[in-house]
Amino acid sequence: MDFVLDHLLTFILFTPALVGAVLLFLPKEEKVLLRWVALVGSLIPFALSLVLWFQYKGGRAFDEHYLWYEAIGSSYHLQVDGLSLTMVLLTTLLTPLALLASFSITDRVKAYMILFLFLETGMLGVFLAWDLLLFFVFWEIGLVPMYFLINQWGSEKGEREIWGGRKIPARTYASFKFMIYTMAGSLGLLLAIQMIGVAAHTFDFGALFQYWPKMTTLDSVGPLRLSIPTVKIIAFWAFAIAFALKVPVWPFHTWLPDAHTEAPTAGSMILAGVLLKLGAYGFLRLVLPLFPAEAQKYAGALAFLAVMAIIFGAFAAFGQTDFKRLVAYSSVNHMGFVVLGIAAAAYVGGTGENATIALNGAVLQMFNHGLSAAGMFFLVGVIYERAHTRDLNAFGGLFPLVPIYGGILLFTSMGSLGLPGLSGFISEFLVVRGAWPIFTVYTALAMIGLLFTGAYVLKGVKKVLHGPANEHWEEHGLAEINFREIVVIAPLMALMLWIGVWPAWILNVINTTMRALFQ
Amino acid sequence: MTTETLIWLLPLPPLLAFGLIVLFTNRWKALSHSIAVGAAFLSWLGSMVVFFRAIGIEHFGSEGHVFEASIPWLSLGEGVFKIGVLIDPLSAVTLFFVAWTVLMIFIYSVGYHNFGQPKGDHDHAGLPPHGTTVSDKHGHTHKIPSIEPMYARFFAFIGLFAFGMYTLVVSDNLLTLFVGWEIMGLCSYLLIGFWFAKPSARDAAVKAFMTTRVGDVFMLLGVAYLYSLTGTLNFREIFFNEHTLEVLATTPALGGFMGLSAAGLIGLLLFIGAIGKSAQWPLHTWLPDAMEGPTPVSAMIHAATMVSAGVYMVIRMFPLLSAGWVEGGALTPAMTAMAIIGSITALFAATIAVAQNDVKRVLAYSTISQLGFMIAALGIGAYVAAAFHLVMHAFFKALLFLGSGSIIHGMEHGVLHTGDHIDPQNMLNMGGLRKKMPVTFVTFLLGGLALSGFPFVTAGFWSKDEILADAFANNHLVVFGVLALAALLTAFYTARQITLTFLGEPRTKEAEHAHESKWTMTLPLVILAVFAVAAGWVGTPVKNLFHDFVGGTLLEHPKALPFSEAIIPMVFSILIALSGLFLGWLVYRNVKAGQPDPLEKPLGGVYTFLKNKWYFDQIYDFLFVRPAAWIGEVFTSKWMDLGLIDGILHTVARVAVSIGPILRNYFDKPVVNGFGDFVGEGTKALGKRWRVLQPGRVQLYMLAALVFAVGALFYFIFR
Repeated sequence: MDFVLDHLLTFILFTPALVGAVLLFLPKEEKVLLRWVALVGSLIPFALSLVLWFQYKGGRAFDEHYLWYEAIGSSYHLQVDGLSLTMVLLTTLLTPLALLASFSITDRVKAYMILFLFLETGMLGVFLAWDLLLFFVFWEIGLVPMYFLINQWGSEKGEREIWGGRKIPARTYASFKFMIYTMAGSLGLLLAIQMIGVAAHTFDFGALFQYWPKMTTLDSVGPLRLSIPTVKIIAFWAFAIAFALKVPVWPFHTWLPDAHTEAPTAGSMILAGVLLKLGAYGFLRLVLPLFPAEAQKYAGALAFLAVMAIIFGAFAAFGQTDFKRLVAYSSVNHMGFVVLGIAAAAYVGGTGENATIALNGAVLQMFNHGLSAAGMFFLVGVIYERAHTRDLNAFGGLFPLVPIYGGILLFTSMGSLGLPGLSGFISEFLVVRGAWPIFTVYTALAMIGLLFTGAYVLKGVKKVLHGPANEHWEEHGLAEINFREIVVIAPLMALMLWIGVWPAWILNVINTTMRALFQ
Repeated sequence: MTTETLIWLLPLPPLLAFGLIVLFTNRWKALSHSIAVGAAFLSWLGSMVVFFRAIGIEHFGSEGHVFEASIPWLSLGEGVFKIGVLIDPLSAVTLFFVAWTVLMIFIYSVGYHNFGQPKGDHDHAGLPPHGTTVSDKHGHTHKIPSIEPMYARFFAFIGLFAFGMYTLVVSDNLLTLFVGWEIMGLCSYLLIGFWFAKPSARDAAVKAFMTTRVGDVFMLLGVAYLYSLTGTLNFREIFFNEHTLEVLATTPALGGFMGLSAAGLIGLLLFIGAIGKSAQWPLHTWLPDAMEGPTPVSAMIHAATMVSAGVYMVIRMFPLLSAGWVEGGALTPAMTAMAIIGSITALFAATIAVAQNDVKRVLAYSTISQLGFMIAALGIGAYVAAAFHLVMHAFFKALLFLGSGSIIHGMEHGVLHTGDHIDPQNMLNMGGLRKKMPVTFVTFLLGGLALSGFPFVTAGFWSKDEILADAFANNHLVVFGVLALAALLTAFYTARQITLTFLGEPRTKEAEHAHESKWTMTLPLVILAVFAVAAGWVGTPVKNLFHDFVGGTLLEHPKALPFSEAIIPMVFSILIALSGLFLGWLVYRNVKAGQPDPLEKPLGGVYTFLKNKWYFDQIYDFLFVRPAAWIGEVFTSKWMDLGLIDGILHTVARVAVSIGPILRNYFDKPVVNGFGDFVGEGTKALGKRWRVLQPGRVQLYMLAALVFAVGALFYFIFR
């Protein structure tokens, strides 16, 4: 047991992959067995992260450091602080729920489950890594399974016109767009990481946080003979673009509605719930501490893009007729608040009450959006499985047919809307409170987006649940949400309510880390 | 139990009722309503205990003489944000009227939703009950009312609603107040859209939520701004700290916005929140549409909770809104805004109420107008008068709404009886109901008289008179004039409503067959009628107990108007109320069946203009609703995202895709492949040519060797 506790992070990180490897040896016809092994297997890292959560006492902890790539100064270094801890908890919580939601998948269950578990290891690795190269490796690992999940298990219907009247299947289009976008970011990321590695002789976060921002001379100029400001500015932009694509920051967001809409339900849950957070995490973990001066210089532009995302994300969501696309665009809107908080903190160099509050809001918003977006995508999936359509105009008046589903949808929608009493409000309020003295005009403009958040959420509810009795579905019958599905959504609802009423348990952890983020 | 503990517990019973009904008891109607009414009773009981303990304390409201308690909620940066409860004089009187009206509405709802009646023949969840057919022992079939299909759900929702209001009232800080505020927003959405299968109700719900949300997002900014400047949102920490208020009043607003002070900007932002919540012009349009909800909900929204919350909040924030103002001095920008908006609203809504025929819509516009009175009163610094009118209005408006629900119920009886599809809410279809529904008539009459400010005996007279008197005495003559005119119209449309509904002879068969509602509905009417009359007696200019008590909320106790100065405006008040009532009765006493409104002809275009509510709905639809939909559906989705951004991406992709063939055709094929082919083909051709040398025949090789040997010989010999 001590061995597990001493290597808690490694166990959390590799259990999913290990379970995935076990699945390889199970017969592919045994679908029920495969599902349950995957689910129970994914509960292990969750249980371990609960242990981690309760053992965590602040600061940077659970250090694990082993030689890995000695020749270039990279090592297997894992560590958590309040920021990564929160994200690890989110990941290990959402994965079992997503797997449980995937029990309705019948096609190639084995491959699906294995990919999903590898995906979890990839995401966890990003949050746990304390070494740039390791970070990059996991960053890339997360990409591949998601591509296949969208490409192979995505929605079968739908075509997308590209040019000259050519049409390709929507899931092919979406998965390709997702892949290309992320690859485009990774390219610069890899380059920048190598430059930093060459210049600083280390990939270790701890060392880099300490020396890199203050570094004024290069002791190895490299073949191109670049000056240190040039290296820094190139590296900054490479990092910023890679993470901006992933968040996504407006106007790099158009892969998101496609990928989210075409992905299988559980894929969308993870995409919105965790994968988007990788980008924001990158900003907080790397861009702000490594490039405080550059970040400060361009924070205004970032805030502008965040506000654009908030406003136009909301408008675009309001303009959709596809329920899933509406929810997908809501992610653009909500993640805009994360970026606004980050930008505000960056602008004042991360110091002071306002910056801390804005950062608290941003990180909490990451967690909360993970809950509400995953919940919303799941609920869209529930109705899609029954109705085989996501067209909002085909629904309406479903409340009397599926009252329990209706109640749950209302609750989750309100969580997404940021109703006080539920979690989203706390984080949005903190972002607004923190950003207001720093970016007054932008914050005021963001209120347009907040207003239309209400509009699109209510549009969804109105078009699905309310309205005259729906004769079509009364005739065909629409099954009520079942027990398994309630088990998937209940933890999310409980957390939304809990954080909304009593946020201290999570915010205290975040707060201590955010106060020291720039040190 | 200490009073503080009791205050913490006040909001909880309705919340528990909500949870219990939603999760467990929604199948059992009697159990569900018992839980809800029981919860409302518990909160009422607790509120009464708190209230009477509060008035028993001398100098209640001054430092140390309030009930307050708080706990740390979350740590932010270096500090800790606390939440807690506070009962000072203002929240004590608010608690009093909220507890009473909420409990009455809960009881009334049992009867209103036809508890005890059988299920309907064709009733459908999401639509109002349509009635059921029964046959008596003689074999005659009758149509009688049927029970609401979503009976339990209704009680769950109003439970949550009550929780929101109690939370708002007992909050000691702006953030938890905002939480209660928004929870009520959700509940109003759920309840206005309670009959969600009716498209009109569904749309009204969305409209209510969105319109109030316009105000809410401004308010959120105000809250954030106040928090960032003072580091706290606790009311008493801000208001009982002259230094803080002075700093707020002298700091210029961020970016020097319009030359305002920080207090001015925060005040305006918060006031915009109240404009939305309390349905002030120009965000008033949602409130009349909110009539789509069941009538108890209208009473809930109009009296006990929602709209009162907006006014309560600005009264609560008055020290901030008036920071820098001295009594008798120039008004602060926020106060000026309130005086203007309030006066406009009071008059504007009253004009519309005159031309409405729906019994509930008249009341809806009357609410907007009365809220305008309160806002205007606060704008001219009449703090106590605003609070007084808030409380009195809650009582008589709850009474009037519940009364109108009773009228509609009676009319629906008639409609079920005759089977015709006439509008049971149209006052022109009524008449003569006083004989059929005596209890409803008497109580409605008392409520109506209170609304119109019938002199001396009604609550509304004293509260409205105090506002007018303050305006007059402090030389705000424009405000006084506008409000006086609005008061005249108020009396007029009230008389019109009572005359059309109860007096004269029945104008339709349905009205002839109307009959009195059950005791669960009439009992709340009677109790509220007592308050609508008697509650005002605590605030007469002779001995203004209300003023003495509520004035204690402020750091500096405001001066009550001396009796001598109150006489002239009081004469005005009396004249206005009486003449308005008389005129209304005079014009409408002889309306016959099928006859249009007597004012329709003489007023002509003005009447149509008023009837169509000054066309605000159409204007907003044109200016905001449709453009927003266009921006969402066309501009953002089609043009920007799919067109521009994806267009650029596709162009890049297309270039990338077309570079492939170009490279292939002009580089790969000719150069790379060409070189490879050249090497390969060249070698092959070379080989072919040289093949003749290697035919595999030994004789030839021998011959070659011989030739070579001979050649070599020659070379060496003849060198």
